[in-house]
Amino acid sequence: MDMRTPLAKVRGLGSAKSGTEHFWKVRTTSIALTPLLLFYVGFLVMYVGRPYADVVGALSNPFVATINALTVIASVIHMRLGMEEVIQDYVHNESMKLLFIVLNAFFSLLIGGLCLIAVLKIAFAG
Amino acid sequence: MANVTKNRPLSPHLQIYKFIPTMAMSIMHRITGAALYFGTVLVAAWLIAAASGEENFNEVNGLFGSLVGQIILFGYTWALLHHLLGGLRHMMWDLGYGFEKEFSTMLAKANLVASIGLTVLVWIVVLLVR
Repeated sequence: MDMRTPLAKVRGLGSAKSGTEHFWKVRTTSIALTPLLLFYVGFLVMYVGRPYADVVGALSNPFVATINALTVIASVIHMRLGMEEVIQDYVHNESMKLLFIVLNAFFSLLIGGLCLIAVLKIAFAG
Repeated sequence: MANVTKNRPLSPHLQIYKFIPTMAMSIMHRITGAALYFGTVLVAAWLIAAASGEENFNEVNGLFGSLVGQIILFGYTWALLHHLLGGLRHMMWDLGYGFEKEFSTMLAKANLVASIGLTVLVWIVVLLVR
């Protein structure tokens, strides 16, 4: 038996139990991603179709590697939160919703882990 | 006490509303976001290939360079630019600006035109550089 009033339940944190954290993280990562991805597009435009040695040489530049790593980290947070919102909107069955939210977290972290290791390997080992 | 869960007012859903540009671009923002989400597999494949030697890199580059690969990458470029521009519109609204009907409708249309225009521009530069 829950003795709290409906007002007390939602006060402060709202129905999602996390206040504005979700919203805030989506916005801060989107601010970060705007210049990062514009750089990324520019980089790809310059290096698309170039030979292996050129591309890896450019990717191992410390500045490019840093941009790359930051882009991966911000993207993973942003994509996970974005897909979480979509799942919460469209999946109404509680257990399916939980399952998809967990799968979403795993998929995002897997992609992030793979990209980050690849970026770091190129940066440190070529 | 009244049953708060069951007596909540229901909001009308998609089919009730007239299809308008801002609505279309809101839907496109979601769809492009989801496309970017799954498209990260392509980014991961490219980075991993670059990290694991010349042979793998050339193989993945060959796939991306094929006609189907190029069409997918063109679509991915558009999804990215469209979602990025849509994000800027959202940022403007979050800051409390640009809610006027004519202005937001104009921006919604501009979002689509600009994303297609920029995508074509990026690819023209790519084809010229290559």
